[in-house]
Amino acid sequence: MAEAEAAAVDMILCPSSVSYDYTCGEAATRFLVEVEKKRMVGQKAGAGALVYTPPRGTDPASGLPTDIEVEVGPRGTVTTFCVVNIPFAGQAVECPYVQAHILLDGADIPIFHLLQEVDAADVHAGMRVEPVWVPDDEMGPTMESIAHFRPTGEPDVDLDELRRDNHI
Amino acid sequence: MAERVAIVGCGQTKHDTKRDELSMHGLVREAATRALDDANMGWADIDAVVIGKAPDTFEGVMMPELFLADSLAAAGKPLIRVHTAGSVGGSTAMVAANLVKAGVHERVLTVAFEKQSESNAMWALAPVIPFAPPLVAGAGGYFAPYIRAYIQRSGAPDDIGIRVALKDTNNGLLNPYAHKQMKVTYEEVRDSIMLWDPVRFLETCPSSDGAAAMVMTSEAHASSGSAPPAWIHAMAWRSEPTMLAHQDKVNPRAGRDCAADVYAQAGISDPRREIDVAEVYVPFSWFEPKWIENLGFAPEGEGWKLTEDGATAIDGDIPWNPSGGVICSNPIGASGMLRFMEAAMQVRGQCGEHQIDGAGTALGHAYGGGSQFFAMWIVRNEKP
Repeated sequence: MAEAEAAAVDMILCPSSVSYDYTCGEAATRFLVEVEKKRMVGQKAGAGALVYTPPRGTDPASGLPTDIEVEVGPRGTVTTFCVVNIPFAGQAVECPYVQAHILLDGADIPIFHLLQEVDAADVHAGMRVEPVWVPDDEMGPTMESIAHFRPTGEPDVDLDELRRDNHI
Repeated sequence: MAERVAIVGCGQTKHDTKRDELSMHGLVREAATRALDDANMGWADIDAVVIGKAPDTFEGVMMPELFLADSLAAAGKPLIRVHTAGSVGGSTAMVAANLVKAGVHERVLTVAFEKQSESNAMWALAPVIPFAPPLVAGAGGYFAPYIRAYIQRSGAPDDIGIRVALKDTNNGLLNPYAHKQMKVTYEEVRDSIMLWDPVRFLETCPSSDGAAAMVMTSEAHASSGSAPPAWIHAMAWRSEPTMLAHQDKVNPRAGRDCAADVYAQAGISDPRREIDVAEVYVPFSWFEPKWIENLGFAPEGEGWKLTEDGATAIDGDIPWNPSGGVICSNPIGASGMLRFMEAAMQVRGQCGEHQIDGAGTALGHAYGGGSQFFAMWIVRNEKP
């Protein structure tokens, strides 16, 4: 009697997941505490230094501590963006969506965020935008307290101004 | 005094979506045994092993170099693992070359790989990072805004990305190891789905399983290979901060500085004229014109003209990626080494149908992170 041939085991599934404890440090703590109050802050390492937001605590160009805090935003300007049409694991928003680089007023480095309440075809560099906060009872010390950004309808920022600082 | 470094063995896998007949061990051994065969050497002839791969989330296996030490016969020898994100294949080759150059070892095997079918690269490249909403859709989502900025800054015609994709995809048909083996038309590229507007599906690299390996030696062993050696004339690498205010992400300074350094070492003043063929890390087609400018093959704002004029075609005056490049095969950890190795294979005359006649000087290039790490080398068919 022939023995049944054992099926080959080509691939096995090994699920893996991690969650992290992240030590925010002083600079990020300052930023997150203010976000919960619907304010955003940046930091700089001296009177003439560039403003970082969210601050990391040091200026990467000089290595100096960013001990001067300044308020930034909440309005800002779109420098560049892409329209995401491809779904991926862990995705938080339905496709298509606009992922924009937003230079908050008073900051020297853009943040990434979702841009909504506008047709993707109408989004452009230089467009003025503002944050839309989540309902008050959902506010927390996290960037997810900003539901998304939306256009303000203000006149565009001159692209030469964005170009001068390498934003585009 | 530094030793001269020769590349005497080159090997790679057939790159594909899923090499499920091979384990990770089998994948690296397929490339490594081909490199050893090409070098006319056995495992026992190797003094040290340098292995590289991109983030471990690409397979979901942490520190695979631990168990790959057995597969690569590294017991009793030094084994070093290198990581510099997407540029790792290039910097791994450079670590190996520097061991020979410094006179530490005479025969070094270097291997780089990725077995992306074992995890999900989009997931791995869409991490939830503190202070940022989970919006960045993989590498395409990260780079597409900078591609848009390049198009705006340079005033390039909208279809340059289509032209690069057409060239590289069809070059892949000349390379039996390339993952993508498909003949495409301009219209097919143009009409392919817009994944991360302005980047289309056919303008994007695939996700591949694959490995590359090289044997490098000091001058004493330089004639051992089955083809004449490639000689390393110059190597350079650079990094820059992840997040720097007013950082130029379209034309990164680290890339410009790396290029200037490698050309100075090789005595090159006009890369377009003095280099015969370039294998450059172009994972999204628009990176060709962007890197043409960054690497000094054309003035800023004019890189796209080389693509449009056909200068970078396989029969152009400065072919870029005759192998099909990253657009055809992207086992991420190996992709940089494939660029470096294809450059070596060109000057050794080993490229078959995608060989550039008389290639004597070739450039290999890799970049990684958010355009944060760069690695480049210049190889020639003559001794430095």
